[in-house]
Amino acid sequence: MDGFLLQVLNGLDKGSAYALIALGLTLIFGTLGVVNFAHGALFMIGAFCAVTLQRVLNLSFETIDETKTDFLGNPLKVKTPYVESWFGPEVGATIIDWAVPLSILLAIPVMLLIGLAMERGLIKHFYKRPHADQILVTFGLAIVLQEIIKLWFGANPIQTPPPEALMGVANVGAIVGLDLPYPIWRIVYFCFAAIIIFAVFAFLQFTTFGMVVRAGMADRETVGLLGINIDRRFTIMFGMAAAVAGLAGVMYGPINPPNYHMGMDFLVLSFVVVVVGGMGSLPGAVLAGFLLGILESFASTTWATTTIPGINQIIIYLVAIIVLLTRPRGLMGRKGVMEE
Amino acid sequence: MFGLDKKDTSLLIIVAIITLLAPFILNPFPEGSAMAQFNAGYPDLMQRFVIFGIFAVGFNILFGLTGYLSFGHAAFLGVGSYACVWMFKLLGYNILPGILLSLVVSGIFALGIGYVSLRRSGIYFSILTLAFAQMSFALAYSVLSNPKFNLTNGETGLQVYTDDPQVLMGPNSPTVPNLFGLEMNATYKLELGPWLFQFNAGYYFCAIVMLLVVYLAIRIFRSPFGLMLRAVKSNQQRMGYTGLNTRPYTLAAFVISGMYAGLAGGLMASMDPLAGAERMQWTASGEVVLMTILGGAGTLIGPILGAGFIKYFENIFSKINDNVLHQWFAFMPDWMENAMVFIVHPFIGKGWHLTLGLLFMLVVIFLPGGLVEGGQKLMRWIRGDRRKKKAAEKAKSTTTTEPAE
Repeated sequence: MDGFLLQVLNGLDKGSAYALIALGLTLIFGTLGVVNFAHGALFMIGAFCAVTLQRVLNLSFETIDETKTDFLGNPLKVKTPYVESWFGPEVGATIIDWAVPLSILLAIPVMLLIGLAMERGLIKHFYKRPHADQILVTFGLAIVLQEIIKLWFGANPIQTPPPEALMGVANVGAIVGLDLPYPIWRIVYFCFAAIIIFAVFAFLQFTTFGMVVRAGMADRETVGLLGINIDRRFTIMFGMAAAVAGLAGVMYGPINPPNYHMGMDFLVLSFVVVVVGGMGSLPGAVLAGFLLGILESFASTTWATTTIPGINQIIIYLVAIIVLLTRPRGLMGRKGVMEE
Repeated sequence: MFGLDKKDTSLLIIVAIITLLAPFILNPFPEGSAMAQFNAGYPDLMQRFVIFGIFAVGFNILFGLTGYLSFGHAAFLGVGSYACVWMFKLLGYNILPGILLSLVVSGIFALGIGYVSLRRSGIYFSILTLAFAQMSFALAYSVLSNPKFNLTNGETGLQVYTDDPQVLMGPNSPTVPNLFGLEMNATYKLELGPWLFQFNAGYYFCAIVMLLVVYLAIRIFRSPFGLMLRAVKSNQQRMGYTGLNTRPYTLAAFVISGMYAGLAGGLMASMDPLAGAERMQWTASGEVVLMTILGGAGTLIGPILGAGFIKYFENIFSKINDNVLHQWFAFMPDWMENAMVFIVHPFIGKGWHLTLGLLFMLVVIFLPGGLVEGGQKLMRWIRGDRRKKKAAEKAKSTTTTEPAE
């Protein structure tokens, strides 16, 4: 039982990342009808927002401490981050420690802007083009974004540690009397993902804006005829989808140190997730994300890998193939989406 | 000639002349001169041109004609390479059985994958092929290289070892890939003054194979079968309504293009007897898509152009470094020279992928038909300009034209 729950937990954090990226992909596809291959790159840029903030917070000036000497006998140079000198050493240290969660505040506007710029500057011109063209141009964009990040930050993964309070392992099973040690940050990540997913759904369900967007997803033309500028709302939705991907990236840093190709790695799997969930279905994307994440973690157990060698590598693709062949529209796909 | 009309014959002859004279054409600059780095006439690169040309021509038969965008074609390339190296290991270094087996194996592989994937169309098809290719990649990388059943040799890559059976090898057989004794890495070097031209046996073998398969591709394009595939691209639903089952046609196109990829893989292994799993990764599949689009999907010559273009610039751009740039801009004032080097720096050397990505975006945005369309537009522009001038002159000479009704 413990082992079973542990595998479920293990699947949850990867599943959260899949679900968040797939959610954004589906939002873009459902609203604008565009297949965005650059979405993985947005996830990666989000992670590098955290890296940037961490670096900015660690900017420091040097002072010479006359009272201490280094091993050569010279006066010791002490580096003090500006943040510590402005807010006092303790508050400053805490701010630096909490760099990753703080990056959320940076990532939201940055990602929104990038998303809006992308939609207005590039994607807008591709609504009427075939899906193949959309795939290709966003694929090109993904390469460009990835290479720019590589140019700036280098090719090696960069460590972005979580705050000290959230490091380490907690026994999450203690409440129900089980022994389940599990890294705290992964629990945080899962909760964070759940909050974002609920926020997106609530936004679409309970606000007027969301209602109009949903109406536009169902029938864009009619909404336009009613005198609503649906294009502008869809552009904003694109920005939101970019922000969701970015936030998924920000918080993923401590689990897996960001490097420039992390986006591409996730993108392929996220597309599989979207297709399994059903193109254009938001709940489907979330469900399939968690489902495939958990399945992947079960397939990685020793029992599974010894029974069927290599199953952990191919399980997601295998499931995708089976789902597509038995339920052509995916788990929760609607009729008439991508069926031309 | 050969059942082609005049236009196609001349196209084929031009391609043949260019490929056969490539060692001259690609080496326009004397050895040791500053421009020598733009030469592409050495065997390794020329082989890559034609092999990727074959790969792209095959991909184009599927994507260009039927519009099915496969994101997993590299799997067939990888399978072809593995099959070919296995023939080297079991039979000996003659490349013929290797290439034949790679054709057969990739054909069977494509039949299986195509049978399943072609049940869906659009992006579902792309994802299915991607899933199959990634699965093959993952399997080749890990499971199929366990000690009990070592089919792919994992990360090291499959290669020939001295204790392999190689049953057809005689005591005097060459120990490199060869065609009945003609070694593939044999190179005849011709020095003409400062120029150095290299004629490589492997290159010419690949070139002849490419001419054959390009001929085949032209025949497919012009056949009723090719017409049927185009009809699938323009309106598959309507084809279905007329009572025609399109799947056998698309499946045939898929298998043919898979076999082209397998052939390219076999040739790749014949030039360098090594097969690695990374050849099957989805980035490799993306590359062939880029080549086809860049050259012009659905055109005969486009994919070869695209393949040549990408491989050439990949090679040249990655070789240029800051020192070379400083030489180029040496005529400028110092501050300007440094500024130029600073601006260009990100796009060269390791930044080649950035250039490729930008180029790719520009092509998709402005030239969806690729280089071929670009060339046609250019020609039309030049001709159209002249025609307009003539028309203007005519209009001047005959000012009193009868009014339209």
